Amino acid sequence: MPDFLLYALLAGLGVAIVAGPLGSFAVWRRMAYFGDTLAHSALLGVTFGLLLEVNLNLAVALGCLLLALLLVALQQNRFLATDTLLGILSHSTLALGLVAVSLFSSSRIDLLAYLFGDILSTSLTDVVTIWLISLSVIAALLWLWRPLLAITVHEELAQVEGVPVTAVRTALMLLMALVIAIAMKVVGVLLITALLIIPAAASRRLTRTPEQMAIVASCLGCIAVGVGLLASFLFDTPAGPSIVLAATGFFIITLAKRQSV
Amino acid sequence: MGEALVSARGVSVKRSGRVLLNNTDLTLEPGKIVTLIGPNGAGKTTLVRSVLGLIDIDEGAITRANGLRIGYMPQKLHIEPSLPLTVARFLALGGKPRIAFEEILALVGITHLRQAAMQSLSGGETQRVLLARALLRDPQLLVLDEPVQGVDINGQAALYNLINEIRKQRQCGVLLVSHDLHLVMANTDTVVCLNQHVCCHGHPEQVTNDPAYLALFGANSRPQVALYTHRHDHQHDAHGNIVPPDSGTSLKGTHPAGCEHNHHA
Repeated sequence: MPDFLLYALLAGLGVAIVAGPLGSFAVWRRMAYFGDTLAHSALLGVTFGLLLEVNLNLAVALGCLLLALLLVALQQNRFLATDTLLGILSHSTLALGLVAVSLFSSSRIDLLAYLFGDILSTSLTDVVTIWLISLSVIAALLWLWRPLLAITVHEELAQVEGVPVTAVRTALMLLMALVIAIAMKVVGVLLITALLIIPAAASRRLTRTPEQMAIVASCLGCIAVGVGLLASFLFDTPAGPSIVLAATGFFIITLAKRQSV
Repeated sequence: MGEALVSARGVSVKRSGRVLLNNTDLTLEPGKIVTLIGPNGAGKTTLVRSVLGLIDIDEGAITRANGLRIGYMPQKLHIEPSLPLTVARFLALGGKPRIAFEEILALVGITHLRQAAMQSLSGGETQRVLLARALLRDPQLLVLDEPVQGVDINGQAALYNLINEIRKQRQCGVLLVSHDLHLVMANTDTVVCLNQHVCCHGHPEQVTNDPAYLALFGANSRPQVALYTHRHDHQHDAHGNIVPPDSGTSLKGTHPAGCEHNHHA
């Protein structure tokens, strides 16, 4: 296997593994649109990262996090429905990112690479970064698993039972921002949410507990990465979209199965 | 009956310029059942959420006993169909049980449901599971927000009976919100009628020989439901303003002095 393909595979697997549990929470908490909004702001993070010459992963994660906090603040004094708010932020940040890229970048940026991913150009450093972040997020998810599930089921009940709801919810956003930063390399800002929610949704019909659903989603995501990369290699299709399509294929197959619980 | 578990004094809550709760007092004691009634929008849920510490109050003070352990049974529970969750798993989310798990399951009668999906439960079963989750914390105070909603009238009697048993057994205080203005739990020690402020409070009359009740609940047991007769010294017009009572109404109720009378001001 050529090096670039091996690195691509390792990068994809690193993201797919963490996308399973995190994507499950995105599905359970109806955060798909929220994830989209964060992902779209990633482009803005890239621009500022290039401008200030800091690590791009860090810039993207910080950008996403700032947006998440802004969103929480805006939600507090709600005069607009959340989906309207998300729609405004999501597309404004995407537009701002596109404008900023063209205005500020002296060197020409491959915009398509950020929009749809550039997994085949993954370097060894990228692979290491992705796995470090991925494993840290998984560790944090394991640590916060029960409180996260508790606030997903009923926030007020969890709060009365002593769960620090705001802190746990903010932590989930932080983890999401980190994963978006590493997933951008694999599938690009426009397809990140797909990588989060499609394997989780496909896993739903195959499983009976939250943990099973998260683990099976990770496995399906990994297989989708393998199948997508193979298809990309054989038929010269774009890698990121091929991975997403492979996951969609699994989802369609699971539709045939009856729901057990 | 010992120290108060929760003592609320002069609590007011305002949201967007609207008064939701005005100068309200409430005392919850160990082993006592307090039932909160009132029309829609009277601030019952606001008062409960204040007691639970879920919302900030604008005026007044709420003191809770040190290390107070509250078992809370929320009014509604919506679990996404995408979340595979059995009853046993749902109960485990409340943390390590402080009292025997099996015992509580048997007490509320959900032993056979442990492996059932939460989404497959009926309204009454969901209420029982929520009650079990609250009880597993071995609470000193049990807060039940409309526990009998969606439960048929026999189920209501059974659930009220159960709450009374638990109160007797564990000597916990109970705060119960009822959606019905006139039917309250028979074992209630105090009924508090709320309409932004405390309109009246007192003991419910025991209705033991009313044929209508015997027909509803059967003559074999003491009724678990009682009629509560309101004794208001004022009435509310269509806008919620206080108007003098009808002539001939006895003025037995207590009304807090200095109570704000322009409810929608």
